[in-house]
Amino acid sequence: MDEKIKTPLIRLSKRSQSSLSPAAAWLIRLGSILLALLLGCLVVAITGNNPIKAYGTMISGSLGSKVYFQQTVKKAIPLLGCALAIAPCFKMRFWNIGAEGQITAGALAATFVARTLGAKLPSLPLLLIMAAAAILGGGLWGLIPGFFKAKWNTNETLFTLMMNYIIIGVVAWLQAGPWEARQGRIAQFDAAAQLPRVAGIHCGWIIVLLLVLFIHVYMRHTKQGYEIAVIGDSIRTAQYAGMNVGRIMMRTMFLSGAISGLVGFIIVAGANHTLAHDVAGGVGFTSITVAWLSQLNAFAMIAISMMLGVLTKGADTLQTVMNIPAAISDIIIGLLLFCMLGCEFFINYQIIFRHKAGKGGAEK
Amino acid sequence: MEKNCYAIELRGITKRFGPVVANDGVDLGLRRGQILALLGENGSGKTTLMNMLAGIYLPDEGEILAEGHPISIRSPKDSFAHGIGMIHQHYKLVDVFTAAENIVLGLEDEKKLDLKKANARVREICQRYGFEIDPEKKVYDMSVSEKQTVEIVKVLYRGAEILILDEPTAVLTPQETERLFAVLRNMRDDNKAIVIITHKLGEVMAISDEVAVLRKGKYIGTVTTAETNPQALTDMMVGRAVTLNIDRPLNENQVDRLEVKNLSCYDHEHVKKLDRISFTAKGGEILGIAGIAGSGQKELLEAIAGLYPVAEGSVSYYPPAGGKEELVGKTPMQIRRCGVSLAFVPEDRLGMGLVGSMGMTGNMLLRSWRKGKSPFVRRKDPEQLAKQIFRDLEVVTPSIEFPVRKLSGGNVQKVLVGREIASSPNVLMSAYAVRGLDINTSYTIYNLMTEQKMKGTAVIFVGEDLDVLLELCDRILVLCAGQVSGIVDARSATKEEIGLLMTSVGGKEEA
Amino acid sequence: MSFLNLILNLVIAAITFGTALLFGTLGEILTEKSGNLNLGVEGIMFMGGAFGLGGVFYYEQLAGTPNGFLAVLIALLCAFLAGALASLIFSFLTTTLRANQNVTGLALAIFGTGVGQFVGEMMRVKAGGYVSLSNAMKDVFTMSPFPAFLKDIPYVGSVLFGNSHFFYLGILLAIVMHLFLKKSRKGLYLRAVGENPATADSAGINVTRYKYLATIIGGGISAIGGVVYITTTAGCTWNNEGLSGVGWLAVALVIFCLWRPLSAIWGSVLFGALMILYMRLQLSFIPTELYKILPYVVTVIVLIISSLRNNKEKQPPEALGLAYFREDR
Repeated sequence: MDEKIKTPLIRLSKRSQSSLSPAAAWLIRLGSILLALLLGCLVVAITGNNPIKAYGTMISGSLGSKVYFQQTVKKAIPLLGCALAIAPCFKMRFWNIGAEGQITAGALAATFVARTLGAKLPSLPLLLIMAAAAILGGGLWGLIPGFFKAKWNTNETLFTLMMNYIIIGVVAWLQAGPWEARQGRIAQFDAAAQLPRVAGIHCGWIIVLLLVLFIHVYMRHTKQGYEIAVIGDSIRTAQYAGMNVGRIMMRTMFLSGAISGLVGFIIVAGANHTLAHDVAGGVGFTSITVAWLSQLNAFAMIAISMMLGVLTKGADTLQTVMNIPAAISDIIIGLLLFCMLGCEFFINYQIIFRHKAGKGGAEK
Repeated sequence: MEKNCYAIELRGITKRFGPVVANDGVDLGLRRGQILALLGENGSGKTTLMNMLAGIYLPDEGEILAEGHPISIRSPKDSFAHGIGMIHQHYKLVDVFTAAENIVLGLEDEKKLDLKKANARVREICQRYGFEIDPEKKVYDMSVSEKQTVEIVKVLYRGAEILILDEPTAVLTPQETERLFAVLRNMRDDNKAIVIITHKLGEVMAISDEVAVLRKGKYIGTVTTAETNPQALTDMMVGRAVTLNIDRPLNENQVDRLEVKNLSCYDHEHVKKLDRISFTAKGGEILGIAGIAGSGQKELLEAIAGLYPVAEGSVSYYPPAGGKEELVGKTPMQIRRCGVSLAFVPEDRLGMGLVGSMGMTGNMLLRSWRKGKSPFVRRKDPEQLAKQIFRDLEVVTPSIEFPVRKLSGGNVQKVLVGREIASSPNVLMSAYAVRGLDINTSYTIYNLMTEQKMKGTAVIFVGEDLDVLLELCDRILVLCAGQVSGIVDARSATKEEIGLLMTSVGGKEEA
Repeated sequence: MSFLNLILNLVIAAITFGTALLFGTLGEILTEKSGNLNLGVEGIMFMGGAFGLGGVFYYEQLAGTPNGFLAVLIALLCAFLAGALASLIFSFLTTTLRANQNVTGLALAIFGTGVGQFVGEMMRVKAGGYVSLSNAMKDVFTMSPFPAFLKDIPYVGSVLFGNSHFFYLGILLAIVMHLFLKKSRKGLYLRAVGENPATADSAGINVTRYKYLATIIGGGISAIGGVVYITTTAGCTWNNEGLSGVGWLAVALVIFCLWRPLSAIWGSVLFGALMILYMRLQLSFIPTELYKILPYVVTVIVLIISSLRNNKEKQPPEALGLAYFREDR
């Protein structure tokens, strides 16, 4: 009998109980990150530049000196914070891509407080009120799509996205109109409304590291985290267990928006000291990458956000030094995601080649 | 010589799903002008085997011969090419398409899509075999039996010579079943080869010419229907004579625990699913619920558990401490707090009741996660419970933290049923608790139910196997088309009696 | 009279803007009909815009006397290929490797935006600061295919016959797609794949091939929307922010027009109107910046309304966004 007509050359089957060890799974993920970086080389090479030199420039431009390193950390802070904000939503399979807008809403609320109370209060209470306002602002901005999803199952992906454009438009209006100081800009914050520095970087990094702990505990050890995990697995099961799915969705979206809002506060009070319509600057989108690449693991997010911080800061340097457009960082981030998404397949499925399967059967 | 008579022959077919061997070296032959019944318990590998003829699965080992020549069926297309048509248990129809659109799906014979012509041909086939179906009706407007008709016309339309029907009667009324059998006989006389997958002995005896029996994925043998009897077939199917001998002690302390009065429910398409159901479940007894699949069993249990909207009627609960509480209008959580527990084993097992991506501990938590005032979950007790179920029910899993999604069906079920029983409820409802389980585990479950009964729990047990219901339960409630057609004493009732009730709407047609 | 003129001008401008949306939407309709929810349209349109513009730009530089027809063809082809390539990545990841469609789409949005900006920026740097086509070439792209006398018909002439040929191409495409989906065998099969891949598979339809082809061709069509935007609305010059948001609106429009190609025609013109209203119909009491968010607010309202309707015929393809694996159990 001709072997050929029995089974095709390659078949797939799900890895079952003999599934990969976690170590092997992470090794595959590491491999896919390397592959993405290699593909990035290809892009650089197409532009006629030396990829090794380009990566070297990116590394030295992001980690090469204390100042560069601090700037890289500054880039990583909002990425990490925002990835933490997205994690509960994604765990729940609620595709919140509105972090960008939730950051902006939080920043807007914080700026409002800074402008109205800036000269009247000492620094600490002022900053605390700003943070609270940002949490509330971001949370409410996230709650709106959450509410409609819970009530009528309105498509959350597009809803959250549209909310980005809306709040960014509002800030653009404030910036060019009511709040304008000069040349379409909003005035710098008072010194009291600026985050203090710790180790040369605004203290936002301490806040986000605390957030890492918070999210880790929240997701793994609290009842609310458990509810989120159950809903993400099966809404039917959640209802069966007596969970109020709609309420949990809204609560989670508020939390997610609130953390993003806090990130917005960190950006305006720590880094920019003013508000502009591009205050989020794509962080909301890039942080989706951080969340996904780290498999929603809060501690892995620290490393991944630093890695993307290096990439984006490095890409800025690349543009000035080698004239390679900074958009290269988006390309590499995209490639990273592609490779990571693809590699999950090899973790979950086994590829069986015909001859191997035949042999295995004969032995048995 | 005889081999040449086979339209299709399977030789040494083996199929594995991970570590599970679904088919183990199965041999089988189908002849033209003959109806072959493929008999076996749930999970014996009947459907898997036939799916390999339909091109859904590929065999790991073995060969398939058509008219004595080896063939390869790699896709459903190959399957059609060899004249094989399979009618699946879960109808494969596109809801928003018309009957005719569904029927012509996948055909490549004509270049242009001519729905008018297709409609005409469908009508012609219907006329020839006596089906009644409008080719232009959308599938989402059809009844189950109409959908099945579309499926059968679909394979006839493609000129199938070998028809495989997977449990075709599970969802049909007796009248519809009779009509189906008449059609099948017509086709047999048309010199077609027909396979009917079933686990119902009555049907095997009524329709088939030959019976092939599978047990736990292994081929046991083929017998001529005329030369066998149900007892012999059962022996082949289960491997030993069925002497169930379920221990049935009597709990003298019976008290009314749950009183259902005139309960009616409608589904989201406003079809009446439950029609004025009334009964009382007593603490200290097992109330069995029998009925053809889809007679309202699922809706009844879900309505009591607060998971299905109740249109009218009442469900009164009498707590052991005394008093009376109305359950209709309460949330599932409140009902559960009363001690009314539902162990429902859905068809896909993981769809409801279990969290596939979590381990046993995480799934035990599903019952107790809300306990306590602290915002943190307590994993200690669930972990203990998981270990206990792991031990007592012999769950096969690498660890209690291993995702239950990756466990085999039977083990998933043990986790689910074990958890529900462990909550020591006052009312324990279970549906299809032993579906897909091997006999030993089934007995473990029966014993657990009886144990609960002796503790004074009111047990409601929806079952598929009448023999089991008759030996396990104290009383049996029979549902037919959403109505109670009778409640009988399980100790004195006969199988025939219940079978009759299952098919008589409202008990009116009782002869 | 002047009010009528205002309306007519508004419609013409809306059509110009809406044409880009029309292609983006039509492409995504085809993709979604196969059950693939490709959220990467934003990135695809960026790539289409950059590669399409690049194609004509270099063609014009190389050929001394560029042929107008050929230039348009090159623009369309380059954009289509870029979009098809991007969608190939999406198809491979979601169909073959079964990755989550939502996240893959987002990745493609990031990646495509990056590639578009990267290519645009590279061209800008290489060309010495400014990528733009010659004026003659700009006219070729905004030209109407109809003779002048038709345009001169009072009132309706310019609205009906004065638009760029891309608009008429888009209408033609919508009609063809409508006929394909409703009347042809392949269209029926494609819809079956999107509704219920298991059924299609068991009927012998090659689910993988249909998903790949629909997604790749759909991506190509969406990408043409990108180059249409750049060569008509954006005046044949590259700027990094120009296309921002258009792709996302296209995804929303698919829901708005109930996955029907013919409805996409008026839907995209309507949204085109919303996008340019702030320029054409200035209202003193609404600040421009707030006016600009109008289409997004309307989209939100559309999303909410569409989630309220409950009609079997007006639902997304049933298997939209779900991976299909035959041996899954």
